[in-house]
Amino acid sequence: MNGRERIPAEHRSVVVVGGGPAGLAAAIAAKEHGCDDVLLVERDHILGGILNQCIHDGFGLHTFKEALSGPEYADRFIRKLRGLHIETAEGTIVLSLSPDRVLEVSTRGALRRIEADAVVLAMGCRERTRGAISIPGRRPSGVYTAGAAQNFMNLENIMVGRNVAILGSGDIGLIMARRMTLEGARVEAVFEILPYSSGLPRNIQQCLNDYNIPLFLNTTVTEILGAGRLEGIKVAQVGSDRAPICDTERFVPCDTLLLSVGLIPENELTREAGVAIDPVTSGAVVDDRFMTSVPGIFSCGNVLHVHDLVDWVSVEAAQAGAFAAEYAGSGRRTAERTISVVPGAGVRYTLPQALSGDQACTLSLRVQEPWRDRSVVVTDNGREVARKRMMRLHPAEMIRLDIAVEALSGCSSLEVSVG
Amino acid sequence: MVRMYDVLVVGGGVVGCSVARELSRFSLRTAVLEKELDVGLGTSCRNSGVLHAGFNYAPGSTRALLDVQGNRMMDDLCRDLKVKIKRIGKLTVAFDDEEVAELHRLKEQGEVNGVPGLELVGHDRMQTIQHGVEGVLALYSPSSSIISPYGLTIGLAENALANGAHFHLGQRVTSIASQERGGWAVTTASGDRFSAAVLVNAAGLFAADVCRMAGITEHEIYPCRGEYYVLDRRLDGIVKTLVYPVPKKNSPGLGIHLTPTVDGNLLVGPSAEYLDDPEDCACSRDVMKDLRREAHHLMPEIHVTDYIRSFSGIRAKQTPPSVGGNKDFVVEDRKDVKGFINLLGIESPGLTSAPAIAAMVRAMVEHHLPLAPNPTFNPVRPGSALLFSDRPAEERADLIAQNPDYGEIICRCEKITKQEIIDAVRNPLGARTMVSIKYRARASMGRCQGGFCIPRIVRILRNEFGWSTADFLKRSTSSPLFVGTVRPGGEGTER
Ligand SMILES: Cc1cc2nc3c(=O)[nH]c(=O)nc-3n(C[C@H](O)[C@H](O)[C@H](O)COP(=O)(O)OP(=O)(O)OC[C@H]3O[C@@H](n4cnc5c(N)ncnc54)[C@H](O)[C@@H]3O)c2cc1C
Ligand SMILES: Cc1cc2nc3c(=O)[nH]c(=O)nc-3n(C[C@H](O)[C@H](O)[C@H](O)COP(=O)(O)OP(=O)(O)OC[C@H]3O[C@@H](n4cnc5c(N)ncnc54)[C@H](O)[C@@H]3O)c2cc1C
Repeated sequence: MNGRERIPAEHRSVVVVGGGPAGLAAAIAAKEHGCDDVLLVERDHILGGILNQCIHDGFGLHTFKEALSGPEYADRFIRKLRGLHIETAEGTIVLSLSPDRVLEVSTRGALRRIEADAVVLAMGCRERTRGAISIPGRRPSGVYTAGAAQNFMNLENIMVGRNVAILGSGDIGLIMARRMTLEGARVEAVFEILPYSSGLPRNIQQCLNDYNIPLFLNTTVTEILGAGRLEGIKVAQVGSDRAPICDTERFVPCDTLLLSVGLIPENELTREAGVAIDPVTSGAVVDDRFMTSVPGIFSCGNVLHVHDLVDWVSVEAAQAGAFAAEYAGSGRRTAERTISVVPGAGVRYTLPQALSGDQACTLSLRVQEPWRDRSVVVTDNGREVARKRMMRLHPAEMIRLDIAVEALSGCSSLEVSVG
Repeated sequence: MVRMYDVLVVGGGVVGCSVARELSRFSLRTAVLEKELDVGLGTSCRNSGVLHAGFNYAPGSTRALLDVQGNRMMDDLCRDLKVKIKRIGKLTVAFDDEEVAELHRLKEQGEVNGVPGLELVGHDRMQTIQHGVEGVLALYSPSSSIISPYGLTIGLAENALANGAHFHLGQRVTSIASQERGGWAVTTASGDRFSAAVLVNAAGLFAADVCRMAGITEHEIYPCRGEYYVLDRRLDGIVKTLVYPVPKKNSPGLGIHLTPTVDGNLLVGPSAEYLDDPEDCACSRDVMKDLRREAHHLMPEIHVTDYIRSFSGIRAKQTPPSVGGNKDFVVEDRKDVKGFINLLGIESPGLTSAPAIAAMVRAMVEHHLPLAPNPTFNPVRPGSALLFSDRPAEERADLIAQNPDYGEIICRCEKITKQEIIDAVRNPLGARTMVSIKYRARASMGRCQGGFCIPRIVRILRNEFGWSTADFLKRSTSSPLFVGTVRPGGEGTER
């Protein structure tokens, strides 16, 4: 007999893993859809997820029609959750998840084993690191991911550096460029390897342009210098193959390099549970009920695919939570997947990857490169099913496209492309 | 004030720490002088972590002798010191007639050297040992193993300390003078003075410099860098056995290969590039590219996201690039310079050989000083070689119930608990850098490379150990983590 059996199991109806905006909305929706036995597990000591360190405003423009700070946005959901008397376990981490939905959970004072009827995965994502993008050079101190630097500044009152260069134009990097400038640091520049920014246009304006911080596109860091603390970086322009062009290499003195080079959905638990992963999103493959390939395991928020706006995280997660409650309450009935959805020309990914066809749905998608005045077109074996015309399509901005249930009748395989 | 010892060891790498631990069996006053703020931060934390079997070295050479002996000593040593070791064996694979002939030669050579269990295996048997290996013939060496190299160095140092040896960290030896009444007077960069009857030079890449301080001028060290990639634990279990190509004549290393680590990662490397600066542990673009290409060739299932970091280590070669190859270890009790024990050119397999080198040094010290057994010597280091998360669930549940700090996970990638962080911070050597915590607790060595745990570790150190922002160093006094606080006065956490 192994330890797993010896620790007595508790039984719960719906367990939500992660207490960021996705987990909060999922737990609330599960309760509101009739599930009385919801447990939300969060490894941090407070709820709110990544929002806790986002003290800038700009959250909730769609949902609340006002610009809230991250903690303010989270607080609206936390109050609602408390009002619904949903049980939460903070300072509690899910260590493992099996395909039959048994969770091993560790907290100060106890190792617990929980069997759940339905599990909602809402673990968010982590940042890509220097190691992941293979920047050559020495290993001095002063190289941080932008989110870690944000955590130090906003939650620990720690200043990580004075002369800053930023690699990658992801939103966190842009926000940190402004934040560090406001706190007296000198931000030399933001370097981006792509020909366009990977952050939201509004952040380019408000965080860089307003502070005269230059953004160099088609440029990357080729070497990190410094034996103790960072002494500077070498940067170079890249060609169309994204390889550095040697004779454009130049030295930029700085004591700090922030990396804002992408987020990776945190799907270790998901993989462990045997859930199929989409190689493009690095998140689970889901249907229009946000159920993964493993019955009873649902996924939403940044762990499903990286979002740029928290509002859509909340919307998506509420649906996932409601379906999880339905699944748990219905004696674990799964809907049949009758329609496949795949990305076509110009589209990087689209989600969900399968539909039941028995309900309206919203597709989330991202385009491969920026376009002006184009349409996103959904076809079923060549026949147009839905279309959305847009003035600006940008890889940094997630696109949502609604499809009515009537439009889905008779469909079998949808393709989403830029037309 | 001059601090007086019987034996001073210059350098706290695996060799110096092995010597200190061996000498702590005796009633001697022994001290290690290490320029870095912790032991093992030189080459000893930057290598493949392989215990070599010993068939690659010429019979009768010091290397052959010490490697085979050292390898044999490791099971007991690792058990006592709570160091991770895995006896996974190795296949050296031949692809053509020339290489097959070389394998036969290596087997004979190994047998003369006393390597146990060597066996030539054909294609089928090769496949049962390691699925997917191709080749005509392979030499299987069961005593080839993997070990935690920094784990071993730290274990040796802590056990030496527990048995009475002294460790002076952050002390760079700058001058050595023989004293009129015999013995050595040693000065460090901070102006501190030490004396001892016997001096052991275990300064690795700087061993030739230490020799020169003592007037010995015939040695030269040529730094030769080896770069690596570390791969995600996702791939753990695929490589069950070490697989190496047949070594090329005059090549400075054993060629690029995949090496599993005791913690479940895979290493790709090492390369071999001569350089001028013995501390230029950089990684270079071209080599990184080669390594990725080679890795993909060796294991097509490696995905771009599996590369979690890179690092490099530097070999202390005695041969310049124009000569190439290797020279035998220098392990000598200088006849011309009394009381100077010289350990120089300890490149691969120095990790494997370290305990045997130490035994040899002990015999040399005996010529200078009487060795009375240390009556309180205890070879066993307390604790466990296992991470908390590797222990059975039931045991973990009990420990968490007793000590809540075991229930709180600080490093999510490697599942390291708060108690393990606290233990690392309170390490007996008093090493206080972030890398010291990393090498002891394994926190920040996983796929997110500290993005998650470092802010949490910083919080623990500030709130529970009273550190201020200036106390946080990555690895040396010149690598501060922070430049101050955002708002004045807020040295505590705001949360
Ligand atoms: C720096 C930054 C700035 C942003 N700025 C804006 C903005 O201005 N406007 C906007 O609309 N959106 C913004 N966003 C986007 C938005 O905040 C995110 O998309 C959203 O927070 C994602 O929510 P989530 O719940 O999926 O993930 P998270 O907020 O990351 O929450 C995941 C939670 O799961 C917990 N967890 C993970 N694993 C486990 C486990 N094994 N056990 C227990 N708990 C676990 C984590 O601790 C965390 O609390 C920003 C995002 C970032 C990172
Ligand atoms: C790429 C690579 C791969 C390798 N792979 C293997 C392997 O798989 N198996 C194996 O057995 N061996 C291997 N080796 C060899 C092994 O790592 C070394 O032989 C071993 O670590 C040497 O230990 P050391 O104590 O002599 O040197 P180091 O660990 O370098 O220790 C010397 C110490 O002396 C200190 N020091 C220097 N000058 C002074 C001074 N003036 N004052 C005070 N302190 C000073 C340094 O800071 C350092 O800590 C490899 C080496 C490399 C580079």
